[in-house]
Parts: sequence; C-alpha cells; structure tokens
Amino acid sequence: MDENELNLRPNQIPEELKGSIAVTTLDRIYNWSRRNSIWPMMFGLACCAIEMIATAASRYDFSRFGMEVMRASPRQADVMIVSGTVTKKMIPQIVRLYNQMAEPKYVIAMGACASGGGPFKEGYNVVPGIDRFIPVDVYIPGCPPTPQALLNGLITLQKKIDSESLKSVRWYQKGKIEPIPIPVLGPDLIDPRQSPLIKELCQSQISNVSPAGTPENLEAHHDNQLD
Amino acid sequence: MTTSWIETQLTEYLLERFGEAVQPDSRPGYLGFLVARNKLLEVCRSLRDEFGFDYLSSVTGVDYHPEPFMEVVYHFYKSTGGSALVMKTQAPRDNPTVPSLCSLYPGADFQEREAWDLLGIRFEGHPDLRRILMWEGFAGHPLRKDWREPFFEEDAKPFKSRWPEGHFIRVEDNNPYKNNVSYPPDFDPGKWVPDKDELLYGGLQSFEEDSEIKTERIVVNLGPQHPSTHGVFRMVVLLEGERVVDLKPVMGYLHRNHEKIGERNTYLQNMPFTDRLDYICSMSNNFGYALAVEKLMGIQPPERAEYIRVMMAELTRFLNHMFSIGFLLNDLGAFFTPSLYAIEERELILDIFEEVAGSRMMCNYFRFGGVARDVPEQVLDKIKTLVHDRLPRKLDEFERYLTHNEILRSRCEGVGVLTPEQAIALSVAGPVLRASGVPYDVRRADPYSIYERLEFDVAYGIHGDIYDRYLVRIEEMRQSLRILRQVLKDIPNGPVMAGKPQFQVRVPPGEAYGRVEGPKGELGFYVVSNGKPNPWRYHVRAPSFINLTSLKTMAHGAKVADLVAILGSIDIVLGEVDR
Repeated sequence: MDENELNLRPNQIPEELKGSIAVTTLDRIYNWSRRNSIWPMMFGLACCAIEMIATAASRYDFSRFGMEVMRASPRQADVMIVSGTVTKKMIPQIVRLYNQMAEPKYVIAMGACASGGGPFKEGYNVVPGIDRFIPVDVYIPGCPPTPQALLNGLITLQKKIDSESLKSVRWYQKGKIEPIPIPVLGPDLIDPRQSPLIKELCQSQISNVSPAGTPENLEAHHDNQLD
Repeated sequence: MTTSWIETQLTEYLLERFGEAVQPDSRPGYLGFLVARNKLLEVCRSLRDEFGFDYLSSVTGVDYHPEPFMEVVYHFYKSTGGSALVMKTQAPRDNPTVPSLCSLYPGADFQEREAWDLLGIRFEGHPDLRRILMWEGFAGHPLRKDWREPFFEEDAKPFKSRWPEGHFIRVEDNNPYKNNVSYPPDFDPGKWVPDKDELLYGGLQSFEEDSEIKTERIVVNLGPQHPSTHGVFRMVVLLEGERVVDLKPVMGYLHRNHEKIGERNTYLQNMPFTDRLDYICSMSNNFGYALAVEKLMGIQPPERAEYIRVMMAELTRFLNHMFSIGFLLNDLGAFFTPSLYAIEERELILDIFEEVAGSRMMCNYFRFGGVARDVPEQVLDKIKTLVHDRLPRKLDEFERYLTHNEILRSRCEGVGVLTPEQAIALSVAGPVLRASGVPYDVRRADPYSIYERLEFDVAYGIHGDIYDRYLVRIEEMRQSLRILRQVLKDIPNGPVMAGKPQFQVRVPPGEAYGRVEGPKGELGFYVVSNGKPNPWRYHVRAPSFINLTSLKTMAHGAKVADLVAILGSIDIVLGEVDR
C-alpha cells in the first residue's frame, strides 16, 4: 500500500476521532521526529565556527529548525558540523570524537576547508578534506559559508533524513559498526589504513635511491599496486 | 627613515662599547644592527637596562638559503613609546644556534619555540625548547627554504601548471599516497612509536610546596575540544585540589601554514589570507599587512582611503570587543544571553562590511596604496546612524546590565592579576597590557595612518585583573565611537587608491615591520622582499599567540573555573594563535 493511499483512506478513522488521529508510516513518523531535533556538537575549528555561532544567534536562529541544543559532549550530539580547517594535528581528535558519537550520526562539512582543504590545501599541516577520514553527509560551499548557506545545508540534511528508511539505515543492520581507525602523528600524518602502502613505498625508496624516488615513478608503482 | 638624536647616540654608543660585535646592517633596505651571537645577551641587557628598550615585540627567523646562514630578527620597543630598534644575529645554516633571550625577556618564550619548530634555530638556554605548532616527531622544519611540503608544485605562484591545455591537474595525482603526506625514506609505520607528550607532562612542576594539606596532584587536559577554549586550544593543567599549580598551553591544532603559503603567494594574494588570521577582525589584519608592504614600496594612500581605513579598523575594534565581552560572560556561566546582545550589534557592523567589501567576515578590502573600492554615500549614512545613535545606546545598555553586576564583579575582581612589570616582560599587548596599567597603544606610541590627528584617550586599568580588562574594552569601544565620529565628520572626497590598481605590485628589496593596534593587541607583519613578485619572508607577530605567554603567570593559584574566565579575558582567536 503506498503512502498517500494510506493517508487518504477515509473509512478507517471514525468521524468523531478525525481531529485527533492521523495515520502515517513508521518511516515517516520516525524521520519526522528525528529531523526536527538534530543536536549539533559544540565543536568549532576555525573561521566557520564564528558563522556557526552567528547562525545560532538571534538574527538567523537555527532553533527554528530544532537545532538549538548544542552539546559539548559527542555522546549527546546527532550532527558534527566540521566548521573549519582540519589540520593533521587535530584529525586524531576529530576521528575520536566521531567514533564517540552515538548512532544515528551525521557529518556536515562546513566551508571550503572542511570539504576539500580550501585556500589552505597546499599547507603541510592541512588535511585536504574531512571526507578522507569520516563520511560526510552534506557539503556546504563558501569561505566561510554565510549563515543562510549553513541553514540551507542543515535543511538539506533534514531532507536527507526524510528520505531514509528504517529497513536500510546503517544502524539497524546486523553486525557491529567498526570504528574508524584513529590516525597517528608520525613524521607526517599516518592513516592506519594506508600503513602497508606507506611501508612498501618507503622501502622501495631505499632500495632504488634517487631515480625511483621521483613522484612519477612512485605513482606508477602505486597504480600497479592497486591493480 | 630619519634618525633622531637619541638613535644616533645609541648607534655611537653601541659601536663604541661593543666594537666589532655590533655593526649597522648595511644591506640596502635593511634597518638596525647586526650583533655577534656571543655578545647578544650582553647587548640586549644594555639595551633594556640603559636605554629602556624593555618591550620585545617580535622574534623571528629568516632563512637566507642558499646563503649559508640563518638570521634571527628582534624588534625592540620602549614601553613609553617610540619607534623600533631592530637587531639581527646570524648563525650558520647547518647548525643554527643562538642564545635565548628568555632570561631577559620572558615574552620571547613562545616566539623562540616557534622559530625552533618552523626554522630549526636552536636557542641555547631556553627553558623548554619543544615544538610548539607542529607535533614532536614531525620530520623537518617546514619554513626552511629547502623543505618542501607534500603538495609542493613550484617555489612561487602563480603556478605554471595550473591550466595546461585548458584543464587542471589535481595536486593529489602527483603524490604517491594520493594525499597530503610524505615520509622519510627509511620509515616503517609498524615500528613508529608516537610521542606520548612525556616532555610536556614531565615539564609540569609545582612552584612551591607551601600548603599544609598535602593532596595528590592531578594533571587535567582542557581541550583541544572543550567548550571553554574558544576553539581548538589545549591547556595541560596540574591541579592540587581545585587550585592550578602549573599550566602549559598546547597549540597548533589550527596551524594552517600561513607563513609557508604566504611565501609562495604574491604580495596581493596574501591579502585574503590575512583575513583568516584573526577571523573576527579581518579589516585590522588587512591594515597591518598593507602598512608593512606600503612601507617597503614607499607609497602613501590618498587621504580618503586613510579615513576609510581608520573607519573600518575602529568598527572592527568595536565589533571585536563586543564579541569578546559576550564570550567572557559565556565563560563566566552566563550562557549565550550576553553573547546574543553582542552578536546582534556585530551583525549590523557586518552588514556594512558586506556592503563595502562584498563579504561579511573575510573582507579582503585593503590594497597597497588604498582600499579596494569607495564607500558609497548611503553606506556612510548607515554608519552615521550606527555611530551616533544605535551603538552608543546599545553600549550603555550592555554596560547597565554588566558593569556593576554583582556576580560579574565577584568573579572578575582580583582574579588573574598581571602586574605592569610582568606584562611588559612577557611582551603582552593590547587590552591585557593596558589593563595592567601600562598605557601603551600603538596608535599613540608609534602613530600610523591618521591617528596622530585624531582625538582619543588611551584606556587603561590599574589592577590588571579580569574586571579591568573588561572595563578597558568597554572604554575602548567608547573611544572607537569617538574616533568614528571625527572620521565621519572630516572624511574628504577624492580617490581611494594611489596610482592605478594592479595585481602584481613591484616591491623593492628590503625589510619592513608594519604594526597596528589590532583589537587583540599589537599586530605586526614582518616582510622581507628580494625584489621578486612574492615575499622572501612573511612573518606575523600575532598578539593572541604572544599574549598566551602570560596565561601561566595569571593562572597560577587560580581555581579551575577562574582559569576559564582568565582565558576568556585574554581574548584569543585560534586562527591567529596558530596561524
């Protein structure tokens, strides 16, 4: 039975109860209640955090959408707004915070830096996009995005929640959701998922010292590995 | 630059007393003296004690690769006002060691650590020479000219490779890991032992053992994700009961490589990056950088542009102080309501910025020799309404709620005290310095732009506690409004740009240090040019960063809850602390 048909069948509800009873789907009521109380984590990284504060303040006021409760603890938060440049020094903490958040959880990459490195991408301490480590639901462009853009991003997230179904959401599937391995600060940032590759490339650098060390050769080597 | 009588005398005295060890820097476009390394401490002691150069503003290093030496540059000022004394000392590049000035000027602490971290200059006698912005174990010293980041393309922008044959190449594709990383050749991730912060925790020590009750001391980490730290700042605190015995700030969680990127950019390309330093007050940052480069280029903006600049800088000061007081109240426990009042006024000022510059926060409005575009008449009218009516009214309202508020006073009075001597020695700047009773304001002490002509008072406190810092900020807002009223009355008509606007400015070789009184304190830009389109060295003297040196002194003996308020009263912005 499709959703509209369900809501439109007049005979199931007696006339005297029509004012107080509505019939809907479980998905819809579940999503409706969740989309209107998305609690963001109180977590500001850089410039975008100031615009996030402005969005929380009276002129833009995102409590109109049920998001006014900023929680400092990841355990109580639903959405992590990654508001600013993600640096290599900070990424272990961000991944840890993400792992500590309870399901269902969402991530918004706010601004150019969080989405892809932004103006600081070339920097030696900058992670070019938070999506290299944690899954992102909504990307918001801008440097920094205006409060209107952030609101638009949050509404987009609400729409995404609307389209979810209890049957397919990640947190009701069988099995355990594995935490994301926490990056390690080495001579440069080490992504544990990349360790075998790092080891291999570094050893090949020792064995054939200079000509093989040029980026082109290494890249070719890397491509072979992927095949 | 004209040399005054006292400077000539100083030169003569130094040359006579130290002979060969002190020499005037004779490179074209350079200022100050070159001092031999082994005489540095002696010369500095004499400068401080005999000539009154008691305020060490900036310490930084310059790598002159492929020349075989590195240079450490010091800018000294007198806390009574006047222009800078620039001193340099050189060290061989393969083993750069320079005596630390921490014993004479404790304010050099973080700046020397930064020079060690980013340039690998070792400061002998520094009490705690650890990396400060990067982590222990990081390979290399990134600001060295021969150190290349993983996404390295070319030495200078604009990059030739950006659009070959009409399409771009992703920089990731040139990297074997498809990511912004590179490792030394013999590296094995399986054997790597990450730094456990042993040096950091081991360095914590109690000052005294005076209390009768002996309790177990515990180490608490506040941050980097903590609601009180205004961003990603971390404080490692040694507690005895609830009392802070020792504290070490840890930063670098927002280190965005401003200086390395700045040395690849062309001069003008750096302007939008300065916006993102202290992202609450982008106009002031623009101002400092524009001043430094204009000093090098030897140009003067037209009159109208000077007025517009001062207008924007003072609006920024108002906005910042409003914001910082709002958040100080947040830290005291008045959660978000005072901030709402503050942000409301801030939005009105941001509207003006948006109208003149095109962006709310990242204005990118100043140019070398003027400002990007003129302020339209209707915007001037808006500013007039704000300055003459709305802002003073709201400031009064703000003050009525707060200044004599019992809770605020009992939380702030006598807490986090910094004496004037400590403040000067620790190179503290801005409202924190003035609240300690040192009426030092760059706008008066070393005037720039048109501040010499404007009437305003330098606000200062007496007690050096949080409450005085609050009062100084309130008074500075009033003085800003006073300046704005004069500026709005006298603003002349005319061009807003000297010469015609250009993307690539020609900057003659030399060095310059431009400084402005930003809302957070003295904001300085040290720029070295070698005549090429991009700066050879680009250093930011960030007030938030250096003000944090005083955190340990202020927090000693305070309670944990007060520590949060003390940090709030310094008014830091992490973009500027970590750069």
